[in-house]
Amino acid sequence: MNNPPDVAQDPKEYEEYAHGVQKHVRGYLMVGALLLTFTAVTVALSYVDFGALFSRIFRVNLSPAQGGKANITVALLVAMFKAGLVAAVFMHLAAEKRLIYRVLIFTGFFVFALFWLTYLAWYNPIVR
Amino acid sequence: MEIPYTISTRPDTGLWNAKIGIWLFLASEVMLFGGLFSAYVFLRLDAQPGEWPHGLLNVPVGTMNTAILIMSSVTVVLAWAALKMRRYGAYWWYMLATIMCGIIFLFVKLYYEWPQKFEHYGIFIKPAALEKYEQYLGNNRRSEKGIEPRIEISGHLHNPEALKDANIKEYEIGLDPVYVDPNNPANDRPHFLYVPPTDHVAKIEKEDVERIDSFGPWHSAYFASYFTITGLHGAHVLAGVLVFIYMWLPVSKKLYQRNPEHLANRVEVSGLFWHFVDLVWIFVFPLFYLL
Repeated sequence: MNNPPDVAQDPKEYEEYAHGVQKHVRGYLMVGALLLTFTAVTVALSYVDFGALFSRIFRVNLSPAQGGKANITVALLVAMFKAGLVAAVFMHLAAEKRLIYRVLIFTGFFVFALFWLTYLAWYNPIVR
Repeated sequence: MEIPYTISTRPDTGLWNAKIGIWLFLASEVMLFGGLFSAYVFLRLDAQPGEWPHGLLNVPVGTMNTAILIMSSVTVVLAWAALKMRRYGAYWWYMLATIMCGIIFLFVKLYYEWPQKFEHYGIFIKPAALEKYEQYLGNNRRSEKGIEPRIEISGHLHNPEALKDANIKEYEIGLDPVYVDPNNPANDRPHFLYVPPTDHVAKIEKEDVERIDSFGPWHSAYFASYFTITGLHGAHVLAGVLVFIYMWLPVSKKLYQRNPEHLANRVEVSGLFWHFVDLVWIFVFPLFYLL
């Protein structure tokens, strides 16, 4: 968000600016309510047996272990959505300067590499 | 000499300095927590059947703490907006609400959730003796259903002296409800509400025990990663609360009177840190409490 204009110079211009911030406040409250709702959704979904549900819908036979993985996937998708809301709205990433995006692209790359290395270590056929 | 670019933007970056500073710091934080989360994934994928516990944390309390952190994220962004609108009174109250949320979160963690774990015991049964305790474990039915076996009996230890006294040959444990009714399908999945250990006491011979541990970091890879990640997260909450207290005290009002935009920018960068802490918890909560 831009810096406010100097109050002393033009009170009217500042009033307009303050009104703009006030509009953002409504958005913050909405996102807060949405995050609380999705927290309840996460908890509720964790008690749904997605293994049994998917088995019925897609007419396949998922084992309890595969069902567990389905629940993990659903929970992480909801968590990612919530994290995306926090990052985009509260952390203002929906509209930020290019340099910050560059920093985050590098970060994303290295985090991805980190998890990929973990995956390689787990998958290592020599040790296993 | 005054520090440059606390409000005005630097021509080459297009940002005031603290903003780029906090984002670089958050990038390093992503790597720090990323390392721990990848360790969690690694440990969980490699856990043997029955070794990764489920449903041991108090879900309603965890949900409440999640809601408290989310509300604090809202109040801190409202505090910042109030400063931008030059409403110091509103800022003061929003900041106080944020600080209180942080303190409640830490209080619940340190004085309720963690201590409860240290008083709860899990007895891992030797593989050869699992059949002997079938009445508590219900593994025959679980194996038919293709569910992971139970290898541990947990609850409230009635004779803690048995931990040190070699002359006592058995542990007496007030069973957690799951072990009282192990074949009930309702116990196949974790319950929402926490149910304390029952009065049903089981006697478990020491020679059948592989090991006995309280639910501390030493109990399992699960609790080791739980305490490491929530501990580091808690340290971040504490750091955020301390910074916010500084910005809420009269010393910051002086800065506001001198240069309100400077204080607004300080609140913005510390708010970015706070939102990150909230963001980490959004992943911690389902991974440890629910899945």
